[in-house]
Amino acid sequence: MTIVSAFDIGLVVLILGIGASTIATRGAFAAVIGFVVYGLLLSIAWVRLSAVDVALTEAAIGGGMTGMLMLGAVARLRLAKGNDTRASLPVRFAAAALCALVAAGLATAILSPPEAIPTLAPMVMENLAQSGLGNPVAGVLFVYRALDTLLEKVVLILALLGVWSLAPDSVWGGIPGLRVYARPSSTLTFLAQLLPPVGIVVAIYMCWVGAKEPGGAFQGGTVLAAMWLLVMIAGLKNVPPISQPWLRLLLVVGPVIFLAIGLAGMVLANAFLAYPPGYAKPLIVAVEVALTLSIGVALGLLAAGPPERVQQQ
Amino acid sequence: MNAATLFGLSGAALVGFGLYGLVTNPEPLRKILAFNLLGSGVFLVFGVVSRRAAASGLGGDPVPQAMVITAIVVAFAATAMAIALVLRLLQETGRSTLSADNSGGTNTDRGNS
Repeated sequence: MTIVSAFDIGLVVLILGIGASTIATRGAFAAVIGFVVYGLLLSIAWVRLSAVDVALTEAAIGGGMTGMLMLGAVARLRLAKGNDTRASLPVRFAAAALCALVAAGLATAILSPPEAIPTLAPMVMENLAQSGLGNPVAGVLFVYRALDTLLEKVVLILALLGVWSLAPDSVWGGIPGLRVYARPSSTLTFLAQLLPPVGIVVAIYMCWVGAKEPGGAFQGGTVLAAMWLLVMIAGLKNVPPISQPWLRLLLVVGPVIFLAIGLAGMVLANAFLAYPPGYAKPLIVAVEVALTLSIGVALGLLAAGPPERVQQQ
Repeated sequence: MNAATLFGLSGAALVGFGLYGLVTNPEPLRKILAFNLLGSGVFLVFGVVSRRAAASGLGGDPVPQAMVITAIVVAFAATAMAIALVLRLLQETGRSTLSADNSGGTNTDRGNS
């Protein structure tokens, strides 16, 4: 049994403290900033659990992208007529007691040692060499549970359709209502010119290295989305109208290639989403490249929100 | 107690915090935030519980890790959808609350903006 290090205890104290503060603070802005910090700290916790792929995803999507979405929402809701009435004291006490009960139940489950532990890890490692991949998590995502990964991309596109469909009819096909802070020679403009080349290289590296080491299509796609959003918010590039054909093509290219390779597997390898022997790694890398583009565009558009302006001709 | 158990227990506490925020806060945006906190606590509990089986020279079990990655992305998609709904609610009614009391009527609110 290992002794818990001071670092882990400090990390847990910070996570719990900041997590609680996002619930307890009055101001929505402070709560969202707290949530971003919380996401970054949580990703360190995932590193401590030797789940580096999860840590990268949590930092990029859980902290960064969610935080950006919420900051945008806070900025718009600031002018709204809020309602400051909170639940009455007895109700809050009852809720706190019941929530503590739920947490205690989970804690008991964690502390009670299980009799037999089911795991698929040995099977994953046994057959990983056949796929030519070095990262077991990428192996699970693209070989063993490829259907999950495919459907997850479809979920992203469905969510985007859901967001777009909230736009009024008059602006359908128009420009998403992303806030643009176009101010010449500001720090934002400087950063939006400086960071994208670096970010794009990092995204390509993450996508490429995902087959062997922690990384992959999600993480690379998120970095691409962040760079795109940075350039659009700084006003260096216009936000494209959602009716653009190239935009829609980029959105679906990843899932379509994935699906096509999956269907080809029915003929060539006797199962849906199976890869023909010897071609697994090149096919997976091709899928990952296409998915990185699609994920980047989908995440960027999800963060940009529904269309709000008609396209100017 | 080892480090993984400690993180698991903090995950359980985060589930409690998130649930409390979800129940007691009337603002939809804060509810979404609390729901994300709840979700990340669930992921942490899941990761720790399934990690106990980690064997065959690995630091963790890759199957639950891949599932948590999928879960984080799906949670983000749901959050984006929920925030779009809140902003639409604001556009339609000029209010950003789900609270049931009628102290601020929608008609007078729209006139001021």
